[in-house]
Amino acid sequence: MRNAWTLTKVRMRLALRNRAFIFFSLIFPLIFLFLFLGLFARSNVAAVPYMLASVLAITVMGSFWGLSVQLVTFREQGILRRFRVAPVGPGAMLASSIASNYILTLPAVSIEFVLARRVFHMSQWGNLGGVFFLITLGIITFAALGLIIASVTNSTQETQVINQILWSAFLFLSGATLPLPMLPIWIQRFALFLPATYLVTGLERVLVARVGVAQIGAEIVALAVSAAMALFLSQQLFRWEPEAKVGPRAKALAAATIVPFLLLGLWETAHGNLRSAARTDFLTIRSEPIDRPAPFIAPR
Amino acid sequence: MSAPIIEVHNLTKHYGDVQALRGVSFEVEEGEVFGLLGPNGAGKTSTVEILEGLRAADGGIVSVCGLDPQTPGPAFKQEIGAVLQSTALPDKLRVAEAVSMFASFYKRRRDPATLLKRFGLEEKRNTFYSHLSGGQKQRLALAMSLVNEPRVLFLDEPTAGLDPQVRREIYTIIEELKKERKTILLTTHYIEEAEKLCDRVAIVDQGRVIAQGTPRELKQRSAGTTRIELRLARPETDAALKQLDGVADCHASDGVYVVHSTRVPQTIVSLVKYLEAHGNELSSLDIAAPSLEDVFLELTGRRLRD
Ligand SMILES: Nc1ncnc2c1ncn2[C@@H]1O[C@H](COP(=O)(O)OP(=O)(O)OP(=O)(O)O)[C@@H](O)[C@H]1O
Ligand SMILES: [Mg+2]
Repeated sequence: MRNAWTLTKVRMRLALRNRAFIFFSLIFPLIFLFLFLGLFARSNVAAVPYMLASVLAITVMGSFWGLSVQLVTFREQGILRRFRVAPVGPGAMLASSIASNYILTLPAVSIEFVLARRVFHMSQWGNLGGVFFLITLGIITFAALGLIIASVTNSTQETQVINQILWSAFLFLSGATLPLPMLPIWIQRFALFLPATYLVTGLERVLVARVGVAQIGAEIVALAVSAAMALFLSQQLFRWEPEAKVGPRAKALAAATIVPFLLLGLWETAHGNLRSAARTDFLTIRSEPIDRPAPFIAPR
Repeated sequence: MSAPIIEVHNLTKHYGDVQALRGVSFEVEEGEVFGLLGPNGAGKTSTVEILEGLRAADGGIVSVCGLDPQTPGPAFKQEIGAVLQSTALPDKLRVAEAVSMFASFYKRRRDPATLLKRFGLEEKRNTFYSHLSGGQKQRLALAMSLVNEPRVLFLDEPTAGLDPQVRREIYTIIEELKKERKTILLTTHYIEEAEKLCDRVAIVDQGRVIAQGTPRELKQRSAGTTRIELRLARPETDAALKQLDGVADCHASDGVYVVHSTRVPQTIVSLVKYLEAHGNELSSLDIAAPSLEDVFLELTGRRLRD
């Protein structure tokens, strides 16, 4: 526990000294905030909470990016093995990855909130408790996803390729950039199987409709399951050594984690109201016609 | 005598088709500096990293401080310190931060500031790891390996790739540790290092210990031969020199002929006669006591470093 906290502090310091981290985790979401809110919500204050939900979701989902690259670099350069000869366990290494990410993402999220309220005149704060819940579960899920990616790839290049693919999927299939109700129906159906969608619609619900935590049960459950699965997997797949190979058992486990998402998606398809809720929230911004938001460019 | 602090018995390890260790055995007593001397690929790192708990052995018995590194509990890592052959620290970590961070992982710890001072890193305490020179990185690695006052210290090629002056600095540090009676397992492919620093040496080749003992004992094994180093005005073939009286072996490198002789006076007489007869001359001649290099050459027919 104490080791995890020491590592968390050191890794936060390292992150703040890393220009790429500062840019992608702090500056980039802010650029996005100004772009989205400035372009699509300037003449339509009612659209601000909806757009803010997207920006927050993107900030949270970005967690996996820097973390996966950092961990792969640490492993490939033999940095992890130096920790391994010291009394540092995988638990401390993983916990510090998530904790440092969490602590550094919270200020970014708060700044986005304050800017939305002060600069873009968002009329209310939304359900802050719900926001906090979703963001916490979201960061754990996406940070742990970053750790999983780091474990299944063998070089930073490989990591970047996988990151690009996932990043695009999260941005374009979850409703984070193009609102879900505007997407073709088959993508909307597919989106129900992605944890990212639950994060985005959950945030829309608490910010736009200001619903209570009880009413985003499906979203909370989906993200809690994702977080638990991702944590479990990252711990199972973790490897210290560049030469270590991901074993068949670990690969089977990774494949098996699809099952809960399949079940979740199926349940949501049959009984859930996620898509209709997404539509209701979307309609709040259609008091005026809006253009399609510009496609979002992924970091390299 | 108490039980050895490190025990290695019939250790084996393979990587795919490569049999890296083929039954390595040795023991290290508390307070001893023990060297594993061998060429590239001999299996030194494999052995040491099994003892550190970083790699899994295929077979054999190992014990460090009475604990099994293959199933290391939390106690094991508290007891050892290590300088690894291939490792690094995050680029943007400062020297002092690295030492304090590692110190905080241990129950028994030394004052980071004192360590930095001792290793001449005081002025570099706020420097990023990526801005250190090779020698400074190595001194930092040594400082970090000592933060927990380890009972056993593993140094895997602590001077590889460093220039001679920096290497001597590291020797001084290791000699100081030796005076403090620290148990050290050191690997190297420098003869000089093994002879100078180690109480006992195991010569490792192709995954086997081919000889072990004190440097003096090992050299006595080749006491039968004396090394004569020659420079000649004109080149001769190794084969011609091997024909001379009392010569056991001869090889040339960089214009120096190293002749191993069992009877030095006879060899020299016949050498001079031979050179006269062929219109050649001696430019220099040195008679050297045998070194561990000669021992290795005698045992394997190869030189330690090509
Ligand atoms: N992770 C690995 N995967 C595959 N082969 C390996 C691995 N590590 C070592 N080997 C092989 O095992 C043999 C012994 O290697 P080892 O690193 O133990 O030797 P060494 O004595 O430390 O050599 P050096 O002086 O070059 O450090 C070599 O043939 C090497 O190629
Ligand atoms: Mg080695």
